[in-house]
Amino acid sequence: MKREGSPWSGVGVVCSKELADHLTSVRMRILEVLIVLAAIGATYVASEQLRASVAESPFAFLQLFTTAQQPLPSFVSFLTFFVPLVAIGLGFDAINGEHNRGTLSRVLAQPIYRDALIIGKFLAAMATMAIVLVGLWLVTTGLGILFLGLPPSGASVARGLCFLVATLFYAGIWVAAAMLCSILFRQATTSALAALGLWLLFVVMWPIAVQFVAQAVHPAHLGGQAQAQAQQLSMMLERISPNTLYGEAVTALLHPTVRTLGPVFFYQIQGAMLGNPLPLGQSLVIVWPQLTSLVAGTIGLFVIMYLVFQRREIRA
Amino acid sequence: MSEAALHTQGLSKRYGRTVAVDDLDLEVHRGEIFGLLGPNGSGKTTTILMLLGLTEPSGGELSIVGLDPRRQPLSVKRRVGYLPDTVGFYDDLSGRENLAYTAALLGMRRELAREPIEAALERVGLPEAAGSRVRTYSRGMRQRLGLAELLLKNPEVAILDEPTLGLDPEAADWFLETVRSLRDEGMTLLLSSHLLHQVQSVCDRVGLFANGRMLLTGTLDELAGRVLDAAWRIDLETQVSDGRELDVVAALRAVPGVREVQSDADGGCTVHAHQDIRGPLVRAVLEAGADVTGIALHRPQLDEIYRRYFGASTHEA
Repeated sequence: MKREGSPWSGVGVVCSKELADHLTSVRMRILEVLIVLAAIGATYVASEQLRASVAESPFAFLQLFTTAQQPLPSFVSFLTFFVPLVAIGLGFDAINGEHNRGTLSRVLAQPIYRDALIIGKFLAAMATMAIVLVGLWLVTTGLGILFLGLPPSGASVARGLCFLVATLFYAGIWVAAAMLCSILFRQATTSALAALGLWLLFVVMWPIAVQFVAQAVHPAHLGGQAQAQAQQLSMMLERISPNTLYGEAVTALLHPTVRTLGPVFFYQIQGAMLGNPLPLGQSLVIVWPQLTSLVAGTIGLFVIMYLVFQRREIRA
Repeated sequence: MSEAALHTQGLSKRYGRTVAVDDLDLEVHRGEIFGLLGPNGSGKTTTILMLLGLTEPSGGELSIVGLDPRRQPLSVKRRVGYLPDTVGFYDDLSGRENLAYTAALLGMRRELAREPIEAALERVGLPEAAGSRVRTYSRGMRQRLGLAELLLKNPEVAILDEPTLGLDPEAADWFLETVRSLRDEGMTLLLSSHLLHQVQSVCDRVGLFANGRMLLTGTLDELAGRVLDAAWRIDLETQVSDGRELDVVAALRAVPGVREVQSDADGGCTVHAHQDIRGPLVRAVLEAGADVTGIALHRPQLDEIYRRYFGASTHEA
């Protein structure tokens, strides 16, 4: 049975309203202030450290993002930490909030499909994320120019843009996950807790659990072969976590000298000129699986969320 | 079919093994106010959501404004208005902005929507409050804003779910008065409620709904005749000379249409009748040699019909 009309009608209206809500909400203001302060701090500390060696590296600008100095972590570590938080903040009450306010049935009684509501909300969250990230990236770059007294090279800018795209899809996974929670749980607090729990699971428990499983499957006392297998297994398992995928993608994108992400056998580096930067294309080849996995994760979670929402009763 | 604004046949909805709506036949004519009455949880809201295409029916046929909400949900939602039972708005937006959002969802251009929005706000008496955030609105104001949204849409059929719930009597009266004026302008209205005494004053026809089934439909008087049999109660005050009370009671009993007569010591009589027979009753009293000093007629009340019909199972009415 074919439905009349387009599922897209109303997407623009919903999206622009949600975007306006996000950009004016107190919740986002707080998160933005936090993230900007953290970014400025990280950039400043990094530039202090880099100033001495700025002439030596052609990619000093990228190191701005990755250099850490105790006690402050690097800009990238900040993002790995903050992006899921902001994403969850954007999505955790997307649907149950409408439901609890009693606006869901009223809005869906207007001539739009449910598709428009869910797509509009997702796009608005992604647009908010993109605005925040681009703003942040520009601020950092500007501060870098100010602190280092050096304009970024074309290659640095290109790598920076790829880094932004990777971050956006990393955020997309968490936005979709948070929105899924907002559909599954009627209470906003439950949904927020579930999303944050999932995030904690991947940040804290997952790496530990992975080590544990890998050691159990390939015990270390069986020798070097088993150890290598254990490491390979734990790496595979760790890549289920979006944090690992994002971390690896960013590592290769922001460190042009990184040639591989896994363990390396000797024959693989024969003839390589270590320490020389790779062109962007080659760096992208290294992390292509990570990047596509991030995109696929976003799309996959979005599809699950979409299906669950379509089948949900408006009123339970 | 063309005459009916809304028509269902054998409509049913099951959630797993529980039956929310069971084999529902319903017909609402154009230009009438139809009251869908029943206790909480009787399947009224589920029926409404099916009519709007927001819930998929498990079986049966339905059409509203001549369309099938399963196949043409957008056209249906364009021509049918809905005021949910706990109508909600975005708290951080003003009343006017909330209406502007609805207008945009309806596909109205921003400049063109401005005038209808103001007109709707004016009609529901909210033009001053429309600039402040909905967060500050009372329940009654929210309900008014919901009505303004309905006016903005100007639908052929409006479905109001528990519209007077939580309103103070004055606000409820105002609301029902507005509903009546909408009917007079040609709108068809479907009211769902369990607050019977409020709704009976505006409904042209009502349907009694319980456990997903429509038990009775018709005008109030028809229902009263069918359910209560003797729905009319007439209180008579009479002045009788001593010792003749029984003659009066006997005379009253002889009047056609009387079902039961109860008398008390002061000459007061309560007559239960099948219809309004005040004239014959007075004549009978006079002929029996007594005087009538007072008479009062009690029309059949929906509550009474309802309670009588559902017996102890009614909780809310």
